[in-house]
Amino acid sequence: MIETLQGLYAYWFITALLLLGLYGMLFKRSLMKKLIAMTILQSSVILFFVVSGTKWGGTVPIVDPIIGTDDPTKYISPLPHTLMLTAIVVGVATVGVAFSLLIIIYRRFHTLDEELLLERMKE
Amino acid sequence: MTEVYQSAVPLYAVLVSLAALPLILISSRWANIREFWTILAAATKLLLVVSLLPGALEQRTAEINLVELSPGIGLSLRADPLGVFFALIASSLWMLTSFYSIGYVRGLQEHKQTRYFASFAVCLSATIGIAFSANLLTFLMFYEILTVATYPLVVHKESKEAIQAGRKYLVYTLGAGVILIAALGWTHHLAGSLDFEPGGLLSGAQASSGTLKGLFALFLAGVGVKAAVMPLHSWLPTAMAAPTPVSALLHAVAVVKSGVFGVMRVVGFVFGPDLLRQEGLNTLLAVVAAVTILLASILALKQDNLKRMLAYSTVGHLSYIVLGASLLTPAGLSGGLMHIATHATMKITLFFCAGAIYVHMHKENISEIDGIGRVMPWTMGAFAVGALGLVGVPPINGFVSKWFLGIGAVEAQEHWILAVLLLSGLLNAGYFFPVIYRAFFRAAAGKRYSEAPALMVVPLVVTAIASVFFGILPNGMVHLHDLALLVTTSVLGTP
Amino acid sequence: MNDHIPVLIPVTLLVAALIIPLAGIRGKGWAHTVAFAGVLLSLALAVEGMWLVLATGTMRYALGGWTPPIGIELVLDPLSAFMTVLILAVGTLVLLHARTSVAGELPHKSVPFFSLCLLLLTGFVGIVLTGDLFNLFVFLEIGSLAGYGLAAIGDRRAPVAAFRYLLLGTVGATFYLLGVGLVFMMTGSLNMADLTTLLPFSTSEPPVMVGFVLMAMGIGLKMALFPLHLWLPDTYTFASSPSSALLAPLGTKVAAYVLIRLMVFVFEPGFSRDQLFVSDAMVWMALAGIVFGSVLAVAQTELKRMLAYSSVAQIGYIALGVGLGSALGLVGALLHILNHAVMKGALFLVAGNLRLKLGHTELFKLDDRLRTTMPWSMAAFVVAALSMVGIPPLAGFFSKWYLVLASIEQDAWAAVAVILVGSLLSAAYFFRILERVYLRPQGDSTGDTVAVEPAGGSAEVRWPMLAPTLILSVSLLVLGILNTVIVDGVLVRIVPNTLEGGQ
Repeated sequence: MIETLQGLYAYWFITALLLLGLYGMLFKRSLMKKLIAMTILQSSVILFFVVSGTKWGGTVPIVDPIIGTDDPTKYISPLPHTLMLTAIVVGVATVGVAFSLLIIIYRRFHTLDEELLLERMKE
Repeated sequence: MTEVYQSAVPLYAVLVSLAALPLILISSRWANIREFWTILAAATKLLLVVSLLPGALEQRTAEINLVELSPGIGLSLRADPLGVFFALIASSLWMLTSFYSIGYVRGLQEHKQTRYFASFAVCLSATIGIAFSANLLTFLMFYEILTVATYPLVVHKESKEAIQAGRKYLVYTLGAGVILIAALGWTHHLAGSLDFEPGGLLSGAQASSGTLKGLFALFLAGVGVKAAVMPLHSWLPTAMAAPTPVSALLHAVAVVKSGVFGVMRVVGFVFGPDLLRQEGLNTLLAVVAAVTILLASILALKQDNLKRMLAYSTVGHLSYIVLGASLLTPAGLSGGLMHIATHATMKITLFFCAGAIYVHMHKENISEIDGIGRVMPWTMGAFAVGALGLVGVPPINGFVSKWFLGIGAVEAQEHWILAVLLLSGLLNAGYFFPVIYRAFFRAAAGKRYSEAPALMVVPLVVTAIASVFFGILPNGMVHLHDLALLVTTSVLGTP
Repeated sequence: MNDHIPVLIPVTLLVAALIIPLAGIRGKGWAHTVAFAGVLLSLALAVEGMWLVLATGTMRYALGGWTPPIGIELVLDPLSAFMTVLILAVGTLVLLHARTSVAGELPHKSVPFFSLCLLLLTGFVGIVLTGDLFNLFVFLEIGSLAGYGLAAIGDRRAPVAAFRYLLLGTVGATFYLLGVGLVFMMTGSLNMADLTTLLPFSTSEPPVMVGFVLMAMGIGLKMALFPLHLWLPDTYTFASSPSSALLAPLGTKVAAYVLIRLMVFVFEPGFSRDQLFVSDAMVWMALAGIVFGSVLAVAQTELKRMLAYSSVAQIGYIALGVGLGSALGLVGALLHILNHAVMKGALFLVAGNLRLKLGHTELFKLDDRLRTTMPWSMAAFVVAALSMVGIPPLAGFFSKWYLVLASIEQDAWAAVAVILVGSLLSAAYFFRILERVYLRPQGDSTGDTVAVEPAGGSAEVRWPMLAPTLILSVSLLVLGILNTVIVDGVLVRIVPNTLEGGQ
């Protein structure tokens, strides 16, 4: 049991990050903090992919004449990392849209506090 | 032995009043042209239905299959004897009601007459569709269309009371509709088909006794609302907020008779007599019907509003038909069928009279009509004919159907039903005779002879004469009794 | 040319979306013209694609020439062809309608609005066409980002609702991505066709199970499956009427498609049903959603909000069909996706017409003048409402009919009862409006009681708005009567033979 925990400590860290993100999104009153929590959540998943793609003793997936192509397990699969490039781009775009929404909200209601906002929306 | 041939006539009969709908809407500004379309559609429909009659009598059934509504279940119309029987009654009485309606709405200067006539046309299409449906899904479709198309007529007055009545009507009928959907789904699951079959489409299905009882309860609730079987009847007296021609045609003929027609279909063509007897469900049906007959008649005694009294009377008489169906004997079944026709002619006469009194004298309570028989002798004469008929006095046609029902009860060895019939006859007399007495034998308020518009009086006299005519010759002209016998033979097998 | 159809459909939309800002420089009218032309063109392609698929079978297109499972492929099979045509047909009609309603409601934002619309449709069509789990995530986010933008265009509260939508939508997408990661770890593939052969070997692995549940949850959020629907009512209500008319009929349906694709096609149907009980959970969530959504819809006083809650309920019907996990259930769900898109489209277009002419959609302010001033819009509303209630032969009845049959087949009597009670509740909230519009309670005697048309004539919307509204509502009748043509011709061919009762 202890060994499993030790061997997978990266994943436990990622899980903690994921829960932290969810916690922030649910319980923080400020919309800005919610947004920050959202990026933490996204980062945890990105890290998850990156970690799942790493391999001790593996190398970059460019054919190295010394290692040769006889043993493909010596190379790291490039796919998770490239996927995450796309995911990061998507994440950045999302944050961009979110920021512009926050700017509009702040201009209209002069607050980003959720409860105040709910009150001012009723007016 | 029955021969089926393809023919589009049943479809045309359904569509003709639907085709009149755009014409009615377009000519909403010219009342005479608009009414011309109604009359034209009614006449065409009647002719089309009558043209199906000889075929039905020779056991040649016209049928048409249109698109499939659900895999294996078509939108199919079939003019079998039972369908023709019902369609004949509905379409001939629509003809008369159309004339009467024109007199009524003009006499009262009703608002939104276009909507009124348009809804009426759709209702009639749906009724004929119900009559000719060859399977349960087609039946359900027209049943639901009828529900929706009747709604504008119920709320026509747009008074608070009418809107309340409309809501109640929708709750009851839409509720019945969804229950029917569940019943259909279940039937489809059990039998793999939804086609009406004389003798019962479920007869071959493997189903446990509890399943069948549950399914029958669903069906009974589904069609029982429109048939106003107690305790599902209370929408009908409330719906009397509608204009009188609506009450006359829809709440005495088209809508409620669609309900009892549905009971007939369920009893004879979905479950079949064998299955019902085997599960003892016919006794259940008979008891429900008998209780409804007696309770409704007692409630009718208490009413002062003429139309409400007629509504309770309708509730009671609808259950005569259900009772006939539940007997499952040749005479009982044909008695029930005959009562569809005879009650229709008599009750429509009574409603026409109530409307004529309302339009002409602005009276709608029984306590106000003292001596009116001398003022409006034709109207009240017709009323007396209808009332006596419902009590069961020969030679009016109500006697004929009650006679058959009585024989049916004896055939089925259910002698308590005879007692119910007799008692309810007495109760009928109890609520109709005071009206006749007041109208003819109490002192008049001093008014001299003055009748309602001819457009209203002529139809009601015609229906009264028809009641007497069919009382003397039950098989006269349109061979209603032959049709009823054909239905009976097909459902119960050769006697 | 024909071989390229799968890729041409989204590319046409994407190119049009990029041209719109340029065309907008020449004049605002051009933005709409380009948008409409783009959607129309891709609709034509989609229809041709569907015809080809039905005639010759599934089309696969390897993007960039990289052969799958290494490269990304677009797949036009009967299911995706059906969804593509549906999305683009509704999109075309809504865009036709939007020309006038955007000019009325958002006069200064028409260029970005139409650009976003096309990006939204690009995303939706991409989701439907892709054959790759990660690519699906990318298209999901393209569609969602455009959706956030569209939802933010509206009244002053719209950005707040859109922000909430963004947060929850991103959570959904992230969960989905995490699920994809877990499945990828165990199988080493992202290609759907490839996965169908690989997954059966690893369905008992915990990461695959967790991954599947995470994906289903994420998509459930995007689909607004009760109780994950919290973002939906505000978003639909506060968004401008053209935005909500585009988002409401399509957004949740596309997510429903993803769920169907995952549960029935990528994974074996038995996996979610017998091994994980996700199907059972979905059925119960669906039933709760139908009741909850319908009851809340009855309680609303604003038309668009009422329609939004009604959507929560209707999503329940779709999820129910998927959750039942039988051929009939799937047919019911797919038919309801189609029917509900058309019904909700028609209803939201009517809401747009009302907002343009009256300036509001408050229910208690509607009265019987609408009957004469906007007769056609109201007629369309009546048809769509009756279809929602489930009056045959309108389309709404038939999807419920298949769902009832499917529920009875599995002895799911609670489901039968809820479907039917849901119909009654929808009757309650629609007839309430019809009463207001068509009846005038007595004592309220503003005007004559004789049947004459009021002076002043009609204030009906012009034909570019009226035509799509009427087309949608008339098609409800056609879809209803001809439902077996769709069921036998398309839907039955979608149902895989792995499903109980499939061919």
